[in-house]
Formats: sequence, structure tokens, C-alpha cells
Amino acid sequence: MSGDLVNLLADLKDKEVLELVKQRLGAGEDPLKILEDSRKGMEVVGKRFADDEYFLPELVFSGDLLKQVTELVKPHLKQAVETKKLGKVVIGTVAGDIHDIGLNIVIFMLDVNGFEVYNLGVDVPADAFVNKVKETAAPILGLSGFLTPAFDAMKETVEAVEAAGMRDKIKIMIGGGQLDEDIRKYAKADAYGKNAMAAVALAKGWIGAK
Amino acid sequence: MNTEKKWADLSWEEKREERFKRWLAPNVTFSSPEAEKLYKERVTRFIKAIKLEEPDRVPVILPAGNIPAYLAGGNLKTAMYDYDMLRRAWLKFLDEFEMDTFIGPGLVFPGKVLEIIDFKLEKWPGHGLADHIESYQFIENEYVKAEEYDKLIKDPSDFWLRTFMPRAMGACKAFEKLPQLTAFIGLPVFYLAYFADPEIQAAYKKLMEAGVETMKWMQVVNDVSQKSLEAGLPSFWGSMSGAPFDMIGDMLRGTRGIMMDMFQRPDKLQEAMERLVPIAIDEAVAGANTSGCPIVVMPLHKGTGGFMSNKQYEEFYWPTFKDILLGLINEGLVPMPFAEGNYEPRLEIIRDMPRSSMIWWFEHMDMARAKEVLGDTACIAGNVPVTALCTGTPHDVKERCRRLIEICAPGGGYILTGGATMDRGNPDNLRAVMEAAKEFGVYK
Repeated sequence: MSGDLVNLLADLKDKEVLELVKQRLGAGEDPLKILEDSRKGMEVVGKRFADDEYFLPELVFSGDLLKQVTELVKPHLKQAVETKKLGKVVIGTVAGDIHDIGLNIVIFMLDVNGFEVYNLGVDVPADAFVNKVKETAAPILGLSGFLTPAFDAMKETVEAVEAAGMRDKIKIMIGGGQLDEDIRKYAKADAYGKNAMAAVALAKGWIGAK
Repeated sequence: MNTEKKWADLSWEEKREERFKRWLAPNVTFSSPEAEKLYKERVTRFIKAIKLEEPDRVPVILPAGNIPAYLAGGNLKTAMYDYDMLRRAWLKFLDEFEMDTFIGPGLVFPGKVLEIIDFKLEKWPGHGLADHIESYQFIENEYVKAEEYDKLIKDPSDFWLRTFMPRAMGACKAFEKLPQLTAFIGLPVFYLAYFADPEIQAAYKKLMEAGVETMKWMQVVNDVSQKSLEAGLPSFWGSMSGAPFDMIGDMLRGTRGIMMDMFQRPDKLQEAMERLVPIAIDEAVAGANTSGCPIVVMPLHKGTGGFMSNKQYEEFYWPTFKDILLGLINEGLVPMPFAEGNYEPRLEIIRDMPRSSMIWWFEHMDMARAKEVLGDTACIAGNVPVTALCTGTPHDVKERCRRLIEICAPGGGYILTGGATMDRGNPDNLRAVMEAAKEFGVYK
């Protein structure tokens, strides 16, 4: 039965997923178990995305479906959910850029791969990144950017991290539309990731996870 | 145009020849016989590349975005608000750079106009973005709800007027109150009564004010483009269009919205996209008729490699986009889609077009593969990395151009340009692009 929910969610069978969740809640099953199955289902979605079987539409649709499941389950939860996370990542689109399609894909993939992601959104000033890294003690910072103004904004953000004396405690990865290895060097970041899978691999490598 | 045969009876190639003739002989007095000679050489260079023939050398579109503003000591913001500065900056650029075509300042929108209409869809420097940012940026949102597809499908003009405009422009909010135009408009008194509404009156007054302001800006844009023609530099930006999936995904439903629609209401989405095809064709044709340049630039967004599968592309993106391409080609125009992102997975799909009917401009692309797959079908353009243009040395840029020319130029059908455009940085990097074409791109 639990395997069903994992597969149904992974296959994006929305009606069946919601029906099954209602059934299981009605039968008095532990809501945490349902959430755990959903998480596994999303993990499969992430794998299929990494394998070029799924694309952005499937991520959007599965994300929406998960939200509906969570809403059904929430009233039945007696305690807050505590899941063990691999590590923390602070992420956002740099100052002067308000694009977030790529950012959201990376967040989705980091999340389904077990990272605790602090998303600062778009047009994020360098200070805000620095403050969030301080507050969370995250070992990884992800900078997203789509347009050419992001080149300088990334450089300035890395410099702000340096000025705050945190550069040696944090790994910085950059990614997005017009970026490449040249901009990695220009901005003095630690790595450039071509896509969301690269971001996950980099983050896992840095925290020593498999 | 052609008087012997009716326009509608001409083949697309014949129509295109007519348009090429007009492009070759613009209605302008050239500043010198030399300027006229160069103008004809430049247009011929592009026409040959489009026809997949070898021109005298590889033609170049300098990847200069808003950099003329920067090089004149200003930036996009000052150029958007100060029309004299706009004129000065672009004329200075015209004067100082060698090029095959000149892109005028028609995409540097007048800031004051956007403010008058209280435009909601974009942020621009000084208006939601920091002053020094060299671009506008679209604010994605579900401006139109999923249930509202029927309004667009039933009557697109009515939809734009009463549903979309009130949301896109704060000044037109009152248009929500307008009634639909009825079959009884022959006796319009009841319809006219709405024009007594102070809010509707105020909305029209704002539009008139915006119109007058737009004309001040347009005067400058037209002036600059006239001067560039006189100097012997052809335009390459004849008109604009796009793909229906982007029109709906960018402006109306947002990325999230349209992707949910692919699952939840695919038929409505398809129907709405089909509805936009003839409208988009008419608009692009009208634009090209006015400009005299047959190239239709089409920025593409949401059909790029990582965003959807080839199967989804072939089901949702390509069919109506292809209808527009064929519609434009059939009017003698030359579509030039700018394929944002990585279009490599699409090469085999987009190959399916009449030979030498269009130009594909690529951002990220393995150009060797593009040449291999598209080389005998379409002219290709691109893709000097904008990162090298903005942060590299002229030597880097020239080297990258040389490699691109070696891969793409043989046999013709290649235009050297950037993967995107440059808004600031070392102007010698732009000069390096032109130098590379002259040094490595000559056909013997």
C-alpha cells in the first residue's frame, strides 16, 4: 500500500494520489508515514528529472500535488515533522536580477535530495546573503542569475562574504542562464553548475555525502 | 511591388525577392556614393547568407545591446528618460564602430510612457530595479486565471481590451467597466454612455498623454534609424514576433500556470495558442511593411532544452510556432528566432522547414552540431559567449570568433554574432568581432 503512494505520486497520478491519501487518513494511519511516502515519491520525481525523463512541467505539477497532499495531512499531524537533513544551503538570485525559474528548479532538486534550503528569493542584496549565512551557519551558498548584470552582482556578493570574514568557511556555487566557467573565475566563486543536477552533486561533494 | 502578378499569387520565394529588392533600395538619400555602395554590399552579404550561398565574407551583427548608452557616459536608465541622450549615444555608436548592420534604439523604451500608463509587467532601472541595471525584467505572474481562457478564445480583441489591459496597465484599470461591443453598435448611443464615466475618461486621457509622449521618443528612434540608413547601414530588425506558447506563458499565465495547464487543460491551451497565430502573423507583416526590412526577430523563451521534453515541445510548443513561421515565410518574410538557452535537443525538430527560408540565432549551442543538422536547411547565427564579451579580452573574443567562423562559415549560411548582447564592458571586444570576420571570414 505504501509503495503505491510512492509510485502514484512519482507517476503524477493526481486523482489516485489524493484518493489514496484520504483513504489512508480515514483508516487512521500515521500521517507521518504518508508524508514519508510522499517524500519518497518526490525523490523519484527528482531522479526522473535528472535522467531527462521529466522536465519542468512535471516538477511544477508534482510540487502542486505534494502541496495538496500536505494540506490533507496537516490537520492530522500531532507533532511537527522533523526530518533529518543532509546539510544547509542558502540560495537566491543576486541583486539586480528577478528571474527565478532556474532557481526554483535547483531548490526543488536540492530539497528532494535531502538539503535544507533557505531561499532568499530574487534581487537579493549581498548583505542579505551574508546575514543569512551567518544566521544559519550554512556551509554552502548558491547564487543564481540570468542576465549580464548578474556577473558583477555575483562578484560583489562573493566579495561581501570575503569582507565578512566567512569566505574560508563556505563553498559558493553559481549557476543560471548566461553564466559559465569564465564568470566563475570573474566572480571568484568555487564552482559553476550547468544545471540543477550539477548543483546537487556539488553540494553533496562539499558536505561529503554520497 | 510586383504589378504583373498579384501578390497573393506569388510563391514565397517570389514574394521574398520583392521584399529583398525593397530592402536593397530603401527610401533614403545616402550621404555619399560610397555609403550607397556599402549599403548594397552589406544587404547582399546578409541575403546570400540567408539563401545559404557564399557571400564575400561572413556577415556580422554586432552584439551591442544597450552598450551605446554606457559608452556615451550614461546607462539604460538615462537613455530611457532622456531622449536627447538616447539620440546622442546611438549616433556616437554609429559613428565610432564599423559594422554590417545597425540596431537602433527602438528597444530602449521611453520610461516616462511606462510611468504614465503605470505599466505592471516589467521592472526597469529606477523603477523596481537599481539605477545601474542595464535591462528591463519581466514580472511573471498569473495575470490571467485558468478559467479565463474562454474569454481569449471567444474574442481576442475583447480579451485584450477588457481583461488584459486593465491588469497590465494601471492607467487602464477602468476598461474593466467597458461593455463588450455588440451587434447593435450601428446605433451606438448605449455604448457611448460608458464614455461619460469619469474613470473611463481618465483612462483614455492617460492613453492620449502616453501617445503624445511616445511620439517624442519615436521621433528620435526614427531619426537615428534614418541617419544610419543614410550612412549606409541597413537595419536587421524589420519586425518582431514570437511563439504562442511564450505569449501565453510569459504574459498571461506565467511559467507555473502554463505548465499546470499542460496537464489540467491542454485543449484550452492549444485552442488559445491557435487563436493567436493569425493575429501574430498580421502584426509581424504590418511591422515589416513599415520598416522595409524583411527580417522578423522572434525571442523564444519557454521551449528551451531543460524546460520541456522533445515530446512536450512537439505537442505544445512547435505546432503553433511553426504555423507562425510558415505564415511569415509565406508573406516573403525571413523569421529569425532567437533561441534562448540551449536549443540543441530541438535541432532535429526545427529542421523540418523549407530550405533557406529562415535564420536560427542560438545562445548556447554546439555550433558544429547545429551546422551539421541545420546547415543545408537554415542560416545559423551566434553564438560568441556574452560572458567573454562582457568580461574577456579582445584577444579571447577574436579567438572564439575565429573558431566559430571555422566551424560555421564553410559553404555560407552563417552570421557571426553574440549568444546574447553586451550592455557594458570593453568596447574593443565588439571591435574584435568585426575584425575576426574580416580577417578569418572572407570567402575565396
